[in-house]
Amino acid sequence: MIVLNINGNPEQIEADPHTPLLYVLRDDLKLNAAKFGCGLGQCGACTVLVDHEPVFSCLLPISVLEGRYIRTVEGLGTADKPGPVQRAFIDEQAAQCGYCIAGMVMRAQGLLEHNAAPTEAQIRDYMAPNLCRCGTQMRILRAVRRAAKAMTASLDPIHEASK
Amino acid sequence: MNAPAQVSLTRRLFLATGGAVVVSFAVAPSGAVAQEGAMPAAPGTPPLPGSLKTSPMLDSWIAMDGQGRVTVFTGKAELGQGISTALIQCAAEELDVNVDAITLVTADTERTPNEGYTAGSHSMQDSGTAILNAAAQVRGILIELAATRLNLPANQLHAKSSAVLADDGRSVSYKDLVTGQDFHRPAGPTSPLKDPRTFTVIGKSMPRVDIPGKVTGAPMYVQDMRPDGMLHARVVRPPNYGAKLTQLDTGAIEKMPGVVKVVRDGSFLAVAAQGEFQAIQALHALSADAQWDQTGTLPDPATIYDYVRALPSNDTTILNQGAPGQQGVRALRATYHRPYQSHGSIGPSCAVALYDGGKMTVWTHTQGVYPLRDTLADMLHVPKEQVHCIQVEGSGCYGHNAADDVAADAALIARAIPGRPIRVQWMREDEHGWEPFAPLMISQAAASLDDSGKIVSWQYDVWSNTHNMRPAGPAGNLLAARYLAQPFPEPAPQPIPQPEGGGDRNGIPLYRVPNARVVSHFIPAMPLRVSAMRGLGAYHNVFSIESFIDELADAAKADPVEFRLRHLDDPRARDVIMKVRDEFGWETNAKLPRGRGRGFAFARYKNLAAYCAIALELDVERETGNVTLGRVVTAVDSGQAVNPDGIRNQIEGAIVQSASWSLYEEVTFDRNGITSRDWSSYPILRFPAMPASVDVHIIDRPGERFLGTGEAGQGPMAAAIANAVFSATGARIRDLPLSARRIKTAIGV
Amino acid sequence: MIGRLLAAVVAVIAIGFGAFYAWAWNSEIPPANPSAASFDPGIVAKGAQLAAIGDCAVCHTQTGGKPYAGGFPLTTPFGTIYGPNITPDAQTGIGAWSEAAFRRAMRSGVDRAGNHLYPAFPYDHFTKATDSDLSAIYAFLMTRDPVQQANRPLALSPPLNWRLFAAGWKLLFLTRGVFQPDPKQSPEWNRGAYLVTGLGHCGACHTPRNAFGAENDDHFGGGMGEGWLAPALNANSPAPVPWNADQIYAYLRHGFADQHGFAAGPMQPVVQSLRNVPDGALRAIATYVSTLPGPQDPAEVERRTKAALDFARSRDITVAAKPSAEPATTGSAATRQASSGAAIFAGACASCHHSGGTLPVSRPISLGLSTPVNEPDPTNLIRIVLGGIHPLPGDRGPIMPGFAGALTDQQIASLASYVRSQFSGQSAWPDVAATVSKLRQTPSPPMEAP
Ligand code: FES
Ligand code: FES
Repeated sequence: MIVLNINGNPEQIEADPHTPLLYVLRDDLKLNAAKFGCGLGQCGACTVLVDHEPVFSCLLPISVLEGRYIRTVEGLGTADKPGPVQRAFIDEQAAQCGYCIAGMVMRAQGLLEHNAAPTEAQIRDYMAPNLCRCGTQMRILRAVRRAAKAMTASLDPIHEASK
Repeated sequence: MNAPAQVSLTRRLFLATGGAVVVSFAVAPSGAVAQEGAMPAAPGTPPLPGSLKTSPMLDSWIAMDGQGRVTVFTGKAELGQGISTALIQCAAEELDVNVDAITLVTADTERTPNEGYTAGSHSMQDSGTAILNAAAQVRGILIELAATRLNLPANQLHAKSSAVLADDGRSVSYKDLVTGQDFHRPAGPTSPLKDPRTFTVIGKSMPRVDIPGKVTGAPMYVQDMRPDGMLHARVVRPPNYGAKLTQLDTGAIEKMPGVVKVVRDGSFLAVAAQGEFQAIQALHALSADAQWDQTGTLPDPATIYDYVRALPSNDTTILNQGAPGQQGVRALRATYHRPYQSHGSIGPSCAVALYDGGKMTVWTHTQGVYPLRDTLADMLHVPKEQVHCIQVEGSGCYGHNAADDVAADAALIARAIPGRPIRVQWMREDEHGWEPFAPLMISQAAASLDDSGKIVSWQYDVWSNTHNMRPAGPAGNLLAARYLAQPFPEPAPQPIPQPEGGGDRNGIPLYRVPNARVVSHFIPAMPLRVSAMRGLGAYHNVFSIESFIDELADAAKADPVEFRLRHLDDPRARDVIMKVRDEFGWETNAKLPRGRGRGFAFARYKNLAAYCAIALELDVERETGNVTLGRVVTAVDSGQAVNPDGIRNQIEGAIVQSASWSLYEEVTFDRNGITSRDWSSYPILRFPAMPASVDVHIIDRPGERFLGTGEAGQGPMAAAIANAVFSATGARIRDLPLSARRIKTAIGV
Repeated sequence: MIGRLLAAVVAVIAIGFGAFYAWAWNSEIPPANPSAASFDPGIVAKGAQLAAIGDCAVCHTQTGGKPYAGGFPLTTPFGTIYGPNITPDAQTGIGAWSEAAFRRAMRSGVDRAGNHLYPAFPYDHFTKATDSDLSAIYAFLMTRDPVQQANRPLALSPPLNWRLFAAGWKLLFLTRGVFQPDPKQSPEWNRGAYLVTGLGHCGACHTPRNAFGAENDDHFGGGMGEGWLAPALNANSPAPVPWNADQIYAYLRHGFADQHGFAAGPMQPVVQSLRNVPDGALRAIATYVSTLPGPQDPAEVERRTKAALDFARSRDITVAAKPSAEPATTGSAATRQASSGAAIFAGACASCHHSGGTLPVSRPISLGLSTPVNEPDPTNLIRIVLGGIHPLPGDRGPIMPGFAGALTDQQIASLASYVRSQFSGQSAWPDVAATVSKLRQTPSPPMEAP
């Protein structure tokens, strides 16, 4: 049995240690945000944060995650009380089918925790691992810029809010 | 997602709990099988607006309960295009109820009208129009009821936020009025529609109802369903189209952790397990173990265009006017190619099926629950009534991807494991390798100009497979059905007739061409599996025609925008073009830095739906042929705009997606099978390659018919890119995609 | 190190300062600015191919910058050197260079003004190029789009920044002279040898360097490039399957050879640059390189090939087979088991690196055949695990995510050690964890990609 810190809660996991986090999040913990897109590390639909780093949960066995700080979209806020990045995605209406969006939100969160005021080029490069097929990218870029503004403006920076 | 609730929440139960008195369900006329988009009118019904044609009963669309809750039913599916929000706006507007009072129920074979497929940008035209009219008629009924109740003439009453108000100040709420009432009556031929100028909900951008859930991880998708007792299943696809399963030893695999059952029927092979990762591991073990007899090879990719062009075709002349042979002073001819391309949904297709007490229930992200139900029934050899299809959102599909195939997979596995809900999701490699692709297309354009620089004659030929192999009854349209021990034959492909057209969609130019001939060459034989992808033939035909128009403008030494206007009479077409010209700041022979180009393109989707013009700027890197997209400016006329931001979202999406198709995308294969099997072998546009900006200008037409918008941007974007590459490099590229290599080869050292 | 440098100074003095200075002094060559139109397109086209073989774009283009406009940081043991702007811009590029000035730079490492250039610019190889090839490259460069972009100053530690040291270096290590064909060999072999040892400057990475940064006599014995190992191409090649001409050709043409794997690290841009090079030249290069290990007995090569392929296959794992056969572990055993390389491999790598069933086409080869896994040093394997492999935008090619953010040094170390023992059958690598943390501190360009 492995104990994982998911969104601040200790979770006891029975699954085999080599099971990738994605399946543990979805099957064992019934968290829907992280999605199966390729299982190959090519699309980012499964992106979550581990110690502030965006990672592909489809290729990350739980065996390496004991004692690390794992966050999913569920940990950032709720529909009634969305976190700053989620808020920005809602304000920009940055979703079509939305299948990629949880991964986008997590990568954006990771970016802003490293760099509160990224340039346009930095945003585009940092978001590159995540694919969107609906063509929502222009809105996602707007949402990330908006979140960055909100974050630098607010006295309560995102990574504070998310701890 | 709470599946059991979904199962039990039948229409009748809903009514019982809801308290309204809507006695029965209005069944759609049987045999209403939709072509891609086209809704056949049911015999005998009066020509009612939109889908009221096929589902005329008001209570098929609207129910109201004693608490004042309104339920609106649509046979269309939410595909991420934001249709739910727009339909709610239509109902709220004409019913005079608050949008939050409305619950929308989407495609469900036991609850909603049969609106065929959600495709061809028809949802607003079909369902939006029906709901708008049904809502207006229900409002009319409520006002009459109030008139009797208050005994006042109806003309002294008006509806406002879920109540009818009398001029004398008295009012009665909808919920009091509906008690003991019944909307189970056919819609009248006319509806008391509001004057569009008085609209307060329609035409205003409304935040999409689904987005908060989507950004916070709510269970929105069929992929997120996990009803009690659910098993995860995976299907082992053959190595290629023709392969047959010859040998298999499942002993070891059935002993693997979590594995519940290996299901085999002929060459259909699947495994069900407790956990998803366990199912995936069992899948790998199974496919390592399975022996296949690999018959059937694909054509040589090096000569695929000649190969397809040489296949027998059924030719139809879809336009013939004047004397097409007419010669001008200057003649041009060009040939354009479009490769097989992939829908490439980010989430591989998924379905959940439960076989219980002889009843098969399937939760699916199909675009057509009714046609899928009929087709599943055929595959399972059961009457339609024993199959229940419920549409639940999936990853965006952009046409006929594997959504229906995976529903069939789930049903077959569920039948073998009764009583357990079965969740099947395809693997990335299978989604890319087995989905029906957008067909390869070839077109040839010839035209001549007179000395005043006008087009005197026009000849256009287009060669294409069908763009519609959607399930419509015969099981052979479902992938798995072709691999069963008793396989179902693949039904003969049918062309989609004009005016909508399939391969010849948008094959007829909107431009004034006095002498013209357009021939559609329909090729029945399908070397690769194909079907509908966003825009169908319009993507290639608009790419071809709008590229060719630029070539003609160049030959006529005319500005491409002015040249288009020179040949267009339709004022709405001219308006979008002039809007883009002005917003973009298009100047004739603008002086541009080295390597920069500008391109313009226009089309009216299907020559029937939304108008869209695009101007863009891009840079071509001379040493590599790499394209960097600059600003993109577009104008769209969708008739009456219901949710302007929804339209903007759709057009932005179409532009980015078409940029990806047009710059990068091509399905690859060798003699043995498909070789583009994931994102590394089928790259699509990533963030760093996005345009610098995309501006969408909406020309709203209050009171005009809704015009489908979802597919309007695809063709114009492809042509605008090709035209801009020409303006940047002087190289005219007529083959899609405009890859860096192709551009570099064209510009040389 | 400094001691050795002093030795060089002494060497220089020994020659006699005056004489040396006279020898080392070069006059400025007067400016010229030939018009792009004055070059024969045929010659320009030939120059394009030679420039591609010479890989000019790589060191003279900044990531995301304009081709040939310079700015690429080349890290050497002596400091960082930035490739200069070689577009025909008169102020910041080589727009004012006459062909004579260009030839002098390529042959003698002296710029137009007469300054000695540092040997990071491989004139020790370019000096072998023929006059006509140099004129073709000149014609190609002078017909590029001029880009105004000032050169970045070099970041070398004194006294190296004293350019006369470059002169001293040349005196000791530069052998001028055009390539001389070997009459005993075929014309194709000679063409290959000319391209590889001359413009291709393959030895610049694949040959070990001495304390002065000069290539030593162990030609193609394996060196370093941009923080990556450049494997030996001679008899010491670590590749389990002996390279043959066809495999080398496939690797250079497509960046993939089915018995060796995909090009990664600094070889990726090399392969990209070779795209516009015709098959003939690549075949010639392959022919020459395939002979670097020296004469070989075909039967022996066949035996080694078969043995390597069989061994690799025997070590392949089907995802399902191994790990899930292990019982779910518990308690403190879990922790050990959990951090074990096998479990990491099963969850992080096996989704792609497995032998089960039908797979994507850009699927990796058996790791048993992979050179990084079989190298005596884990550097390249660790670099790939940290940074992944990423194709150019729009290109087809393997995508492997980097695990720098996901795995700790210790975890990457146990993964690497597991991969070594599972797939290579060779002795374990020493203190892998230390190498991981060292490499993490010095990311190499491919690691910057997503
Ligand atoms: S699902 Fe993990 S990267 Fe695609
Ligand atoms: S919103 Fe559909 S994939 Fe991104």
